[in-house]
Amino acid sequence: MDILKFLTAGSVDDGKSTLIGRLLYDSESILADQLEALHRSNRKNDDGSIDLAILTDGLKAEREQGITIDVAYKYFQTDKRKFIIADTPGHIQYTRNMVTGASNANLAIILIDARKGVIEQTIRHSYLVSLLGIQQVVVCINKMDMVEYSEATYETIVNDYKALAYKVGLKNIKYIPVSALKGDNIVYPSSHMKWYEGESLLAFLENVELAVDDSKAHARFPVQWVVRPQTEELHDYRGYAGRVSSGSFKVNDKVTVLPSGFHSTIEKIELLDKEPTEAFAGMSVTIHLKDEIDISRGDVLVNTEYQPEISQLIEADLCWMDTRALDTSHTYFIQHNSKTTRCRIQEILYKVNINTLEKEFNEDFKLNDIGRIIIKTAEPLAFDPYQSNKANGGAIIIDSRTNVTVGALMLRGVAE
Amino acid sequence: MKLDYLDELEAEAIYILREVAGQFEKPALLFSGGKDSITLVRLAEKAFRPGKFPFPLVHIDTGHNFTETIEYRDKMIKRIGEKLIIGHVQDSIDEGKVVEQKGKNASRNALQTITLLDTIAKYGFDACIGGARRDEEKARAKERIFSVRDEFGQWDPKRQRPELWNIFNGKIHKGENVRVFPISNWTELDVWNYIRREKIELPSIYFAHEREVITRNGQLMAASPFLNMDDEDIVEKRNVRFRTVGDMTCTAAVESYACQIDDIIDEISESKISERGARMDDKVSEAAMEDRKKGGYF
Repeated sequence: MDILKFLTAGSVDDGKSTLIGRLLYDSESILADQLEALHRSNRKNDDGSIDLAILTDGLKAEREQGITIDVAYKYFQTDKRKFIIADTPGHIQYTRNMVTGASNANLAIILIDARKGVIEQTIRHSYLVSLLGIQQVVVCINKMDMVEYSEATYETIVNDYKALAYKVGLKNIKYIPVSALKGDNIVYPSSHMKWYEGESLLAFLENVELAVDDSKAHARFPVQWVVRPQTEELHDYRGYAGRVSSGSFKVNDKVTVLPSGFHSTIEKIELLDKEPTEAFAGMSVTIHLKDEIDISRGDVLVNTEYQPEISQLIEADLCWMDTRALDTSHTYFIQHNSKTTRCRIQEILYKVNINTLEKEFNEDFKLNDIGRIIIKTAEPLAFDPYQSNKANGGAIIIDSRTNVTVGALMLRGVAE
Repeated sequence: MKLDYLDELEAEAIYILREVAGQFEKPALLFSGGKDSITLVRLAEKAFRPGKFPFPLVHIDTGHNFTETIEYRDKMIKRIGEKLIIGHVQDSIDEGKVVEQKGKNASRNALQTITLLDTIAKYGFDACIGGARRDEEKARAKERIFSVRDEFGQWDPKRQRPELWNIFNGKIHKGENVRVFPISNWTELDVWNYIRREKIELPSIYFAHEREVITRNGQLMAASPFLNMDDEDIVEKRNVRFRTVGDMTCTAAVESYACQIDDIIDEISESKISERGARMDDKVSEAAMEDRKKGGYF
């Protein structure tokens, strides 16, 4: 059994919380005491049924405002898969939350209100899903009950969306007509939409095979920690602890340590009392090399044959996440895997209006702005382009004054 | 190739523990004696052996313990050979920093926040690793894996940093500290399945046994000198086990005949009560957990 992490994008009015609530409720993932709390609550739908949205609205402040204000994680499982839902809000001022949720998702559910069709926020959500490199999209056309379960309405929206998907570069899209409120096609197939012959949302989530396999990308192993017991019996023990971020490493593989450029060979791979001969993407292990090389946290072991880019001047897409605007004269920190170094945004090439997808050329870069920049780092970074290797292409910017994470970077390549 | 879900959760937790080691000067692992923190110890062994843990274990002791928990703790410390620091709630009471609750439902659970904050300040811990999970409660569902607390230990849901990919920002100002939750993405069932797979030993109170209990507010509480009892409380013997291990005065038991880990996993799979449902302190109000978190509780 594996884990599928997915993101839900949509606004309060699209019934996103209701959709998640319905998914949990109908798949019997709600326990008795939680159900009791649900029934105790005096929030009800117009027809008197329980409001399933309560299940995902977490904090007091939100309950008072009646909106979701952050990323909330929900867990459920079926016989086939474990699921982690990142529930992110759809308001414009919370782009940063959606980017956050999307950074860890393999699949995105984009909700469209059948009465409204493809609107500005659909463009925004789809653009962000594409920018963050999510490989599989499910477009749920919701509130079908409000449009008399009309196939024609559904088809129109699907066609509109296809044009948008082409524009933002999304592939692998599944369309499902649903009513989260009434439960149509969420867990159970709908009796109101016989014209739809595809899977329900849950069935699709259970069965979908993701197109990208991180273990087939080039091998990268960022070193997090050096294990050196320095005891009498383990005097010469020196293991490099980390998690394979992509690709796979085998014993006897030739590796290069970056940024220093030293070469060596893998002698042994360890995980406590086990000695696997191979470690692939996602595995946390300790690697031993045949040669004694000075390696510390922040270095990365890579397959010698397929090396990443190394540069101090990098072109990247940036999402700004702080209320204080980007300051091109300020020195920030950049954190990329286990490496942290100082950096400056050298140039803003352009910003993207995420509602119209048009480029904009003005100097300020504020909260929730997205655009392309050139970043200069104090030390060289060994990275891969984000769109070909998410694990080695994402980085964050930290404000050295507040220590807060203020930007998300999708690295693209060495700046010309 | 794709990892099995337990391997993936394990690898993620090990990764997080190593990030703590790499990013902080004085981390600590908060050890309650419960199954989640016992799981953390196992994960720390996987992350750092054959080296020593780069942090001590810290136990905030309410003084109202199940003896089985303390015996387990001491035996485990001996086995792993790591340092244990104990913060006593009794000391906080003696120093007049907190006042013992009165009345029938008196508990020291809320008091341990102060002892925890004092212990953090005394040793200058900049990161505290804990076994909280997002599936436990709604307020925790929004918790970060690296959760920044101000110098009063307070958690501000609006001040939390965005957490992208697997990059954890552990930069803090002096006086602040970070709570780190390596098993955030695990569910209760995942923890049990992992304990079974790894053959991890647990304190005996997790398994069904006969015990003297009283029924209070519809829940079974272990009869103990720490519980304020009156004539209305009837002590009776029942077959029970505990789903969480905390202060004796606020940890409720469930009736059970599950003596083996397989039985427990079966029970939980079919269970209709969430784990925190067995904690009286969460029942006070729906926002109880959130209020306690803001005050510096886990």
